[in-house]
Amino acid sequence: MKVIHCPYCGARPELEFRYGGEAHIARPEDPEALTDEEWAEFLFFRKNTKGLYRERWMHAAGCRRWFNAVRDTATYQFVAVYKVGEAPPDLGNGEG
Amino acid sequence: MTGFSVFSLVRNALSYHEKWPRQWRSPEPKQEYDVVIIGGGGHGLATAYYLAKNHGITNVAVLEKGWLGGGNTGRNTTIVRSNYLWDESSAIYEHSLKLWEGLSQDLNYNVMFSQRGVMNLAHNLGDVRSSKRRVYANQLNGIDAEWLEPHQVKEFCPIIDISPTARYPVMGATLQRRGGVARHDAVAWGFARAADSRGVDIIQQCEVTGILREGDQVTGVETTRGTIKAKKVGVVVAGHTSQVAQMAGLRLPVESHPLQALVSEPIKPIHPCVVMSNAVHVYVSQSDKGELVIGAGVDAFVGYGQRGSFHIIEGQMGALRELFPIFSRLRMMRSWGGIVDTCPDASALVTKTPVQGLYINAGWGTGGFKATPGSGWTFAHTIAHDEPHPINAPFSLQRFVNGYLVDEHGAAGVAH
Repeated sequence: MKVIHCPYCGARPELEFRYGGEAHIARPEDPEALTDEEWAEFLFFRKNTKGLYRERWMHAAGCRRWFNAVRDTATYQFVAVYKVGEAPPDLGNGEG
Repeated sequence: MTGFSVFSLVRNALSYHEKWPRQWRSPEPKQEYDVVIIGGGGHGLATAYYLAKNHGITNVAVLEKGWLGGGNTGRNTTIVRSNYLWDESSAIYEHSLKLWEGLSQDLNYNVMFSQRGVMNLAHNLGDVRSSKRRVYANQLNGIDAEWLEPHQVKEFCPIIDISPTARYPVMGATLQRRGGVARHDAVAWGFARAADSRGVDIIQQCEVTGILREGDQVTGVETTRGTIKAKKVGVVVAGHTSQVAQMAGLRLPVESHPLQALVSEPIKPIHPCVVMSNAVHVYVSQSDKGELVIGAGVDAFVGYGQRGSFHIIEGQMGALRELFPIFSRLRMMRSWGGIVDTCPDASALVTKTPVQGLYINAGWGTGGFKATPGSGWTFAHTIAHDEPHPINAPFSLQRFVNGYLVDEHGAAGVAH
């Protein structure tokens, strides 16, 4: 089984974690002002990157805190984990 | 190409089956086609076949980066059914099921479609209510559906444990008798052979590396075997839909996940139907070779590795053992994964795009195999007329903007 490093609790088995999808999708500042197209973009459209991907994970059977991770979606290898609010590492693949 | 018949079987048997001709050509790509289909799986080949058969468009190329049916077409658990909840899904899956019922004759290729019945088990009161609701919805749409009480479940599939103390008590099941299984490779090969015989060029080992545009109009594709011009390009690439769409500058409401399946050692005929349990993620049938074909759940994370996490298999085997105590000492032979492209509402995309001449057929998620003929049929119509058929019109990209989602998480069979 994969081992995931929770930034709060350390190395734990994959089973303890929940997946939260693509990270850094900001909630709209002014929801009333959004068009239907912008709502669709926010709610449904995702990068779905093959390769290094920034995503959210939650340590459900541990500290129950959300954190961010950089993971390779082709090899499933975790490259980095970082706490919410911390600056994401540069992936070197154009992802800002 | 000569057709298959009992006489051709006898003739070839007399020559020790050494003189069967190749079933389709392997042509060099031309410089230009009327339509290029990216992806030589079941859906792509079916699209090419129906373009030729229904719409007379035969100047078509199917480009496949690997080999035919080597992706999800060759990796699924081959279940065919049409018992979906909403009218929109019922229409497309039932259309597909009707095509399945005549497919072997239509293609002159035995796809081994076996209508042995598909049972969906209910394990708790919530399951019972939603399952009955689905049965009634199916009946209103003219789709055969029945509700079975536990003893009827046992009659239909005697090896299920229906004792009330079981870990996953069986409180009933829906049954679609017209559902069943088909042979996945034969579906790809049958469509390939039939499309090829109508003039479609099937080009394997040809990966698309770029989509060419002039303004908002598609003009062709860049491939590992050179540039191919076309005014219409259909993308039918399942797990890699986001990557190919990105070549044309499109973002999609699609996420790709690993979905696993496994087969047991071959045993004598013991399992007469298809059993699916949405709640515990067991779906199992027995192949004609005798292997049990068993599907597991999806991994929650985005993944392109064609393999999944072991704990998914472990949980699934535990549930299988609880439902079918008779399988407790059965050994598993192989497991594998496919990459399924899922939409947020668990329904597909068979749609035009903002790019003129670019069409996308994707998002079939965990249940695309059953849709193969219907998907190709409607997608061919969409490409030929530059307008969706009424059957696939609800499955547009636009539904994510206007809110007309077709939520089929309940009927999709696998949670995602």
